[in-house]
Amino acid sequence: MFDLSLLPDGGLAWLDASGDQSDVVLSTRVRLARNVEGYAFTGRSREGERLRILAQVRDAVPAVPSLNGGVMVRVDELASDDRRLLHERHVISRELAGLEGASGARGGAAVYVGDGVGVMINEEDHLRLQAVRSGFALEPALAAISQLDDELGRRVPYSFHREFGFLTACPTNTGTGMRASVLIHLPGLVLTKEIPKVLVGLQQMGLTYRGLYGEGSEVLGSFFQISNQTTLGRSEEELVDHLSNVVRHVIQREHEARRVLWRDAGYIIEDKLWRAYGTLRFARSLTFEDAMSLLSGVRLAAGLQLVQGLSVYTLNKLLIFSQPAHLAWAEGHELTDAEADVARARFIRQALIDEMGPIQ
Amino acid sequence: MLCDVCRERDATVTLTHAVKGEVNVLHLCQRCAADRGIETSITTPLKNMIADYLPAVQAQTLAAQAESIKCAFCSMTLADFRETGRLGCASCYTTFDQSLRALLRRVHGNAKHAGRQYDAPPPDIMHGMTALGELRERLRRAIAQEEFEQAAQLRDQIRGLE
Repeated sequence: MFDLSLLPDGGLAWLDASGDQSDVVLSTRVRLARNVEGYAFTGRSREGERLRILAQVRDAVPAVPSLNGGVMVRVDELASDDRRLLHERHVISRELAGLEGASGARGGAAVYVGDGVGVMINEEDHLRLQAVRSGFALEPALAAISQLDDELGRRVPYSFHREFGFLTACPTNTGTGMRASVLIHLPGLVLTKEIPKVLVGLQQMGLTYRGLYGEGSEVLGSFFQISNQTTLGRSEEELVDHLSNVVRHVIQREHEARRVLWRDAGYIIEDKLWRAYGTLRFARSLTFEDAMSLLSGVRLAAGLQLVQGLSVYTLNKLLIFSQPAHLAWAEGHELTDAEADVARARFIRQALIDEMGPIQ
Repeated sequence: MLCDVCRERDATVTLTHAVKGEVNVLHLCQRCAADRGIETSITTPLKNMIADYLPAVQAQTLAAQAESIKCAFCSMTLADFRETGRLGCASCYTTFDQSLRALLRRVHGNAKHAGRQYDAPPPDIMHGMTALGELRERLRRAIAQEEFEQAAQLRDQIRGLE
């Protein structure tokens, strides 16, 4: 099995809840799509071309300070459990992990993982540069990714068009190639049923939203990824500023919703959240969907200071570690769905006991 | 309904926004919405947009002619693009310039890049690097296939270049 300790911070530094607004915002991510000049885009490339792109990046990396101390993982040489593990950890996308079809990861698929930044190679575009930060930190993430982009672009020639900007396989990414997104927990707006209005508002403001695992993923446990929809016609800074202003407003509305809930339905909310805690603390079998929704409740309880002594970091980690590939990794062998549900309940129970003591 | 701002044109956009907990609803026409920086033509998912849009583009140009255009670099056709929603290579942007320009405008509300500018590195830096990269990859494969004689030659070549 792949040794996750090889990754800087296990690829999990973004979960540490050290950032701004971390009770509502889990993490901030900015990615840039880039293609290497002289090759067909990934979808129409041959394996030999993809390997050449990988070799070109590998040669450039020693001259890229942003990736100092990082590691390179050949995704195409990993077993499917390991690819799933890296995907669950948000180190690689579903597409790069080759989890979409039966054919597995494409030849030449690889990822560089550095400190808070990374580069996926031979994704939908040849290069997907990304920067991740804990909490609400769009500007620092943009600064880190711009530096990485400068350093890498000096060594690897990108496809760039005077008028259209950076050229990407999908026209929805053309221009800046930038997708900035904020992973945000909005249980207050979901419980007060304000969320549909907020989501419609986002779309009217040129933004879009997705579930926890990016494009096409379901919204589970009131976790949303809010990101810019368009990439062309405005600068990276303008796009990030706009997203930042809107997200700040959404955070404010979430806090307001929590206050209203607490004021108008205090005991109902208190009961609901303690039930969620009780279930997580005593259940013997939990599906992933159950766990997400209960953890969402307990996260809100911690935010309202109902539950004391439970850190946001632990709750963030439980979101990642209660996924199927992580459970199989912790148990050391493959699990059936039923076994995974039992392992999940045990893992969460133990984490709560470790953090809060045996009886609470 | 008339636009709340100009009171001239029909309102086609409903803008809901909250200020200090109060929800305000504005009904705007497309032009007044655009003045407020609200893009009204980008909320349709791309898949539908391509499906709806490309046929219209083709109707405008000569259908047969558009179908027969092939990217000289990657052999992509508009039909391929319609099927996958992905372009084949950077040259496709030149080959399908007309159709793409219109599509980009619809998707992004704009077809002119306003972000980071880029100059490719001078070719001499890259040439050596590409050759070195290819040799390293071949070395890796030679070792994996246990072709040690070839691997030794490659290693010497790499040392020479380094």
